[in-house]
Amino acid sequence: MGATTVEPLPAQGPMVPRSFVVRDRVQETSDTWTLTLDPVLGEGPAIGPGQFVMVYVFGVGEVPISVSGAPDREGPVVLTVRAVGAVSEAICVTEPGGILGLRGPFGTTWPIAASAGADVVVVAGGIGLAPLRPVVLHALAQRDAFGEVDVLYGARTPHDLLYTSELERWRGSASVDVTVDAAEIGWSGKVGVVPGLLPGAAFDPAKAVAFVCGPEIMMRFAITALLDRGVAPGRINISLERNMRCGLGHCGHCQLGPTLICRDGPVYSYETAREWLEVREL
Amino acid sequence: MRTLDALLADVPLFDGLSAEHLALLAGCASNVRFDAGQTIFREGDDADTFFVIRAGSVALEAFGPARGGLTIETIEAGDVLGWSWLFPPYRWHFDARALSQVRATAFDGACLRGKCDEDTALGYDLMRRFAQVIIERLQSTRLRLLDVYGRHDG
Amino acid sequence: MTELQESVVIGPEGLGLLVDALRQRGYAVLGPTVRDGAIVYDELESADALPVGWTDRQEGGTYRLERREDDARFGYAVGPHSWKQFLFPPRVRLWQARHDGGGMEVVEEPHDGPPLALFGVRACELHAIAIQDRVFIGGRAVDRDYALRRENVFVVAVNCFEPGGTCFCVSMGTGPKAESGYDLVLTEILEGEHRLLLESGSARGAEVLHELSARPSEPGDRDAAERAVEAARGKMGRQMDATGLRDLLAGNLEHPRWDDVAERCLTCGNCTLVCPTCFCSTVEEVTDLEGAYAERWREWDSCFTVDHSYIHGGAIRPSGRSRYRQWMTHKLGTWHDQFGTSGCVGCGRCITWCPVGIDITEEVAAIRATEEVPDAHA
Repeated sequence: MGATTVEPLPAQGPMVPRSFVVRDRVQETSDTWTLTLDPVLGEGPAIGPGQFVMVYVFGVGEVPISVSGAPDREGPVVLTVRAVGAVSEAICVTEPGGILGLRGPFGTTWPIAASAGADVVVVAGGIGLAPLRPVVLHALAQRDAFGEVDVLYGARTPHDLLYTSELERWRGSASVDVTVDAAEIGWSGKVGVVPGLLPGAAFDPAKAVAFVCGPEIMMRFAITALLDRGVAPGRINISLERNMRCGLGHCGHCQLGPTLICRDGPVYSYETAREWLEVREL
Repeated sequence: MRTLDALLADVPLFDGLSAEHLALLAGCASNVRFDAGQTIFREGDDADTFFVIRAGSVALEAFGPARGGLTIETIEAGDVLGWSWLFPPYRWHFDARALSQVRATAFDGACLRGKCDEDTALGYDLMRRFAQVIIERLQSTRLRLLDVYGRHDG
Repeated sequence: MTELQESVVIGPEGLGLLVDALRQRGYAVLGPTVRDGAIVYDELESADALPVGWTDRQEGGTYRLERREDDARFGYAVGPHSWKQFLFPPRVRLWQARHDGGGMEVVEEPHDGPPLALFGVRACELHAIAIQDRVFIGGRAVDRDYALRRENVFVVAVNCFEPGGTCFCVSMGTGPKAESGYDLVLTEILEGEHRLLLESGSARGAEVLHELSARPSEPGDRDAAERAVEAARGKMGRQMDATGLRDLLAGNLEHPRWDDVAERCLTCGNCTLVCPTCFCSTVEEVTDLEGAYAERWREWDSCFTVDHSYIHGGAIRPSGRSRYRQWMTHKLGTWHDQFGTSGCVGCGRCITWCPVGIDITEEVAAIRATEEVPDAHA
């Protein structure tokens, strides 16, 4: 003993980004774009719903972005990115033909496949709809496997809503209820908060599995509303974020209590995560 | 030192209540003090109290990771703080923090609910008064949502 | 340790032959030496560079070197350095990349330095290395840089006979005796003739051992060695009741003691720098002015920085209180959940090198003494 035997290393280490080319770039809101990416060489990775990739802009930096594309299928990677810092801004201005580096996917997945037979309740706020889009796409692709499919979505103003034409298309096979905090001229839809959509939603609490993503304050109120309607804590799934630098469980940044978000999250059952959410500055 | 009854008679919320009803209220009340910066209650805690602020001001806050405590509204002297005691599950929805030294009268919600159940006239009267407070807060919140000071292009 | 472990005795000058034997095999020998008023780890050209006749006085926020009355080679505890600076260096380049518009070409950093021989590894440090092994190469993803450095490392361990004022390896079950994870282990004997017991822990270790002119050990040597280490067991400067620490800390995240320590902690991060198991890192992108060439570097980071927990909008842990709590509850508590063991090996460095002498054993005792019973929510 003395030396530790290490498994033979793969050809390229896990910190090396893989080149992807932007195929398509669509502006969703004033600060959010959806990019569709193809691998430059080889096939795209299989990505589960809720997983994220580390996206690298050459010479600028790397950030974690949840994947918004269709799950269960190798192919183009779809990312909806909000420009909130230097790297995300640089991602958002990458035109078709431009190159981005991807590592991953990493993290846990939304248990949508395991929820066959349930009423699916998707509760999203703002950019939170992006990591939930694969859940909706899965449920609609296997529509007969599920009961009610309710999509409850809200944003600050009508101009901040994502995937607006897709939301309309979803209405055919799902109950889609959209609200905004503040209306704008021309808006004739609901004005109110997302948790306020829960009492009127059609799902049966005893059969429901909820998938919640959005700003943490909004998630807290949405969870309260779900619990008030009788959905069990173990059937509420949430997606959490923390500072992340490697995605591999090596850099120590993404800790949330006893877990590492890159490895044990970002998707958690509320029943598991609730005690950590109650501790401030954890 | 004035009696609790006498103090309560001066509170706008209770203006016009009979001496008998004021005495009932006083029976559920006590005087409290908070230092500047002190937490009065936290989101998620059991809510079985409401306060009438007599001096000082209180920030009603929501805690968000990375943003810390965001002030939703400030409650000033003469105002009522807290109505979560009215309906189950009797839990605070927000945090409250004293911004300055605060003197307040605290009312035991369970005690008061009991008295309202017995004396339904008192119950109806109190509900009406609280509904008024809640409506005023809601109107002010709606007005703030309109964002009247913002730039509105098109 | 196997029954076939070989056991010989060398004189102090035998250490010189041992270092030479390793150097001849192409190892860069890293070991303790005196520099800047401390015993640090650096490359040893020969055994003459060892801290002959030196000892250390350690207390909370204090480290002093003192002369011994003998010529002991290993008569001290641990200094500010740990072996992590060689296996997990403070700043490394991970890769270089070129970008011509059609894709990125990434070349990972080659590793063509000599293999390392760690000379003078204490029992607590063997555990610390094993703990970092679990983090970097024992998980789902293997850290390439660590794996390459770690491969073929030759370990010469040393059993402690002179623990320091802040040591508590006994409490953590990590010493003072080296149990495994080494190629050779030395125990210095000052009782009677000054000599060292040298035992092999691997086939490679035995091979080196055979090259030295050494006499087989006798029961008298082995007993003297045993006594020296046993005595060390009784000379720990600190102790910590580590039972149920994971649950104790998980159940006391709002204990008032955190406010108390927050008033003393400067969030300077010294503890994370000297701790042999702390592994937080950050990455940095470096480019040239033309934008077609980039490098990624990895650097040590510390959970004591506000930036450590930054997400858009602000830091999750803006207060010093939350950052101290994060460090201590991770080290002693949640490390169990994440990696299956404690993160603390009882080396005492964090106590010695804290400028205000915050003592992790004292903080644990304070929380244990007045631990809050979790209140039942209605």
